[in-house]
Amino acid sequence: MNPTYFFTALLVMAGVTYLIRLLPLLFIRRRITNRFIRSFLYYVPYAVLSAIAFPAIFLSTGSLISGILATVVCLLLAYRGKGLIACMLGSIATVLIAEGLLLLI
Amino acid sequence: MNENNNYRMGLRDGLPIGIGYFAISFAFGLFSVSLGLSCIESLLISMFNLTSAGQIAAVPIIAVGGSLFELALTQLVINARYALMSVSLSQRLSPSVTLADRFLIAFVNTDEIFAVACGKNSLLGRKYLFSLALFPYFGWSLGTLLGALLGSVLPEFLTTAFSVALYAMFIAILMPVAKSSRPSALCILSSIALSCAFKFVPVLSGIPSGIVIVIIAVSVSVVFALVAPVPDNDPWAEEVQE
Repeated sequence: MNPTYFFTALLVMAGVTYLIRLLPLLFIRRRITNRFIRSFLYYVPYAVLSAIAFPAIFLSTGSLISGILATVVCLLLAYRGKGLIACMLGSIATVLIAEGLLLLI
Repeated sequence: MNENNNYRMGLRDGLPIGIGYFAISFAFGLFSVSLGLSCIESLLISMFNLTSAGQIAAVPIIAVGGSLFELALTQLVINARYALMSVSLSQRLSPSVTLADRFLIAFVNTDEIFAVACGKNSLLGRKYLFSLALFPYFGWSLGTLLGALLGSVLPEFLTTAFSVALYAMFIAILMPVAKSSRPSALCILSSIALSCAFKFVPVLSGIPSGIVIVIIAVSVSVVFALVAPVPDNDPWAEEVQE
């Protein structure tokens, strides 16, 4: 990758993220009471995570079948209250098994 | 009100966050090199940003040499919530926190560090906050580096299998939220439906990934903020107990 592009991109993303965190810490001393703004910012992370994860998870593995199987296993584990690590390992194992079986067929 | 300014308590509170960050950033490192970034580039991104969703959205943009405007806009929308956390945090800082300290504290104000710090029923001192951030920062950086190194030596079929882990983590985060309230569940489902539409509908599929995330995040969040505003006692609105 072109180093100039990479370092400019790094500066842009780190700069934007840092200023978002810094400016309120320096200048705002009152809490935000506007219910719409607070609600909007409450929903943003969940909308973002959902949009990043889907449909990318189906397409992230070697084949659509293993991607869908991994998603189903992960959804089941998460639904039954399993944590981060269990969901991560469960989906990886599913992909490996599914891809292995597909090779045999 | 008493002040919490204890190194040992900060380290103790930060350790579990650091371990969690290690696992997540390990998956991020694998993901990042699988899209073509180098180990050092992946590490630098983690060391200078310390934001999971923002970084994961940024890597595909950087990997294809996407526009810097798209990159900046994506970070602005995805990370806007930190502004609210910084507002809350600024009201909890003890008088021992200097202006210079605020520049450093802003850098490490992540969702989890914020949540732990604001869970304390006291003013937060500089020693507590810096020691709280120590394990998470190094966990995040070290995890990224090791994930990226492993990703660059593993055979391709293994890295593709591992790249699913990052999305699996998102599902693990989203599921309890979806189960906790109906509006949250509907917010998640509508975002998923829109994201699939942007991917598979021919006219829409040419829009860059970062812009898609921005469009979905803004439109869905505006609708749900209007239709189902959060109650006043949500964690980000906590006021200092007098």
